Amino acid sequence: MSEMRYEAPRTLAAAIALLSGANGQASALAGGTDLLIRMRAGSVEPALLVDIKGIPEMTSIVAENGGYRFGAAVPCMELVEHEAFSTAWPGVIDGVKLIGSIQVKGRATVGGNLCNASPAADSVPPLIAAGAVVGIVGPNGRRESPVENVVTGPGKTSLAKGEIVTSFLLPRRPPHSGDAYFRFTPRTEMDIAVVGAGVNLTLDDGGVCRQARVCLGAVAERALLVPEAAAALIGTRVDAAALKRLAAAASAACRPIDDKRGTKEFRIKVAGVMARRAAEMALTRARRKN
Amino acid sequence: MSKHHVTATVNGDVVEFLCETHRSLLDVLRDELNLTGTKEGCGTGDCGACSVTIDGRLTCSCLVLGVEVEGKAIETIEGMAAGAVLHPLQRKFLEHAALQCGICTPGILIAARSLLERNPDPTEEEVRYWLAGNLCRCTGYHKIVDAVLDAAREMRRQ
Repeated sequence: MSEMRYEAPRTLAAAIALLSGANGQASALAGGTDLLIRMRAGSVEPALLVDIKGIPEMTSIVAENGGYRFGAAVPCMELVEHEAFSTAWPGVIDGVKLIGSIQVKGRATVGGNLCNASPAADSVPPLIAAGAVVGIVGPNGRRESPVENVVTGPGKTSLAKGEIVTSFLLPRRPPHSGDAYFRFTPRTEMDIAVVGAGVNLTLDDGGVCRQARVCLGAVAERALLVPEAAAALIGTRVDAAALKRLAAAASAACRPIDDKRGTKEFRIKVAGVMARRAAEMALTRARRKN
Repeated sequence: MSKHHVTATVNGDVVEFLCETHRSLLDVLRDELNLTGTKEGCGTGDCGACSVTIDGRLTCSCLVLGVEVEGKAIETIEGMAAGAVLHPLQRKFLEHAALQCGICTPGILIAARSLLERNPDPTEEEVRYWLAGNLCRCTGYHKIVDAVLDAAREMRRQ
């Protein structure tokens, strides 16, 4: 392996200067659970690693405007063990909990799960359903972006050279809101989604769905926000007829590949089933919350 | 190639080592510090044989660079027994014959201790989910789960 520099800056400004000023390939290192494996396989050979875990705003979970902001380098287990966050956004936690083993989650980060840009990333559909917004910092300053605009295809993001995702902002939730994420895998643990579905919904005092967002994973080149599926829920009591329309709209939005984990036909069918189950769980959770 | 000078704590002792950027914590533990109780299985974070804790957080040492542990506190299997007195988990693994070839055992013991620190009274299902990232090709897992549950029972009484 050629000589590789390692830097652990304490500020975002220093990290951005390092990443954007590097000669050759520079990689941000958070949990490293994807990057280190790729480096060892020789598929990436960065000349510079910028360890971003020493930057306080990238590793903290804070309440903000009635919602939450968590750093892109917060390990998944810290989010899972954060009781207030887990209670507020159980569907996001459903996804985060499915990322690898306890050991992997002790290191892996949601920022890495997003920026690794796998269409099957488990935390991404529930974050998109939640309406989460990422903070991005780069050589030209700060900007914000809905999570759904970050990944453009397998392994590809809309981030410019020197830009990194620094945080995720989850908005304040209205009363009677619930979210959930379900995935299909042959095994319950240590597996990669064949299909994933995240649903986030809000009921009014009469139990009618007033807001909904539905996002599917592993059925296209990136996680898909499906407004037609959400529309099937809005204005209904999320009854059997609405769930059937939701499932049909979810299946109709899929443009999956055939691979060893599932055929195109199977993924299209199961996307509807996962969306329905996620909506049912989101509904149960919304009814529990006053 | 220049090496990084790293100072960390391993099983309560301050250690210093030199390592190149690409060297994993697992390599450092085994080859620099001669702590060979931590095993390499897959080298890709799938098998859990190299499990250690860093600042109390369970992780695969193959997925950590040596240079990243500057100032951190690492716990490995070598720190589990108190001198000649085995940890209850270690004793229960022997009593229940919860190991055969033994390669996965140090990682499973470290992972199980991490579970019991957080949850002293886990259900069988909770033990199985927590240990899902520790692969064992010999035992079929039943005896491992029995040993962890029995150790938890004994530790709750103490």
